[in-house]
Amino acid sequence: MLDPEDIKRRLLAAFPDAAITLSDLTGTSDHYEATIVSTAFAGHSLVAQHQMVYRALGNAMSGPIHALALKTRTPTKA
Amino acid sequence: MDPELKQKIQGMIDSERVVLFMKGNKMFPQCGFSARVVQILKETGTTFKDVNVLTDPTVREGIKQYSDWPTIPQLYVAGQFIGGCDIITDLFEKGELQTLLAS
Repeated sequence: MLDPEDIKRRLLAAFPDAAITLSDLTGTSDHYEATIVSTAFAGHSLVAQHQMVYRALGNAMSGPIHALALKTRTPTKA
Repeated sequence: MDPELKQKIQGMIDSERVVLFMKGNKMFPQCGFSARVVQILKETGTTFKDVNVLTDPTVREGIKQYSDWPTIPQLYVAGQFIGGCDIITDLFEKGELQTLLAS
């Protein structure tokens, strides 16, 4: 289990400009859905983008988090 | 990564054009994310091989090391890692998965 604030903190450390939405899918702090919008993703494949997110979360994926549904995007012009 | 394990996994990835490492098998998926990818592949009419990682803990961990990707399911097409459930769903909705599978 991992606290949502902890997850957001790790993500913002890796993607300081990111807009992040995070929802706990099951209420058990281990199945999350996250949307991350950041310029850091520009020019990277989806696989590479998700790998960047996994790296930002470090050891969270090898235990505390069972599932993380990801949507990564670059910001669209207003 | 253990060279024997890497070779074993490489062999599985190369054994068919489309290979899905999943929890359960294509008839009886044992996880919602794996089930969704199976469903998408069926909708595209693609023939694919399923590898049930629940039957082999070394493959279950090995495939994550191999692709530097921490979760299952994992889809490989022509030896290349395409993504997990989120990416496959995204590509399918954009029509890009169908193009990739057909090429």
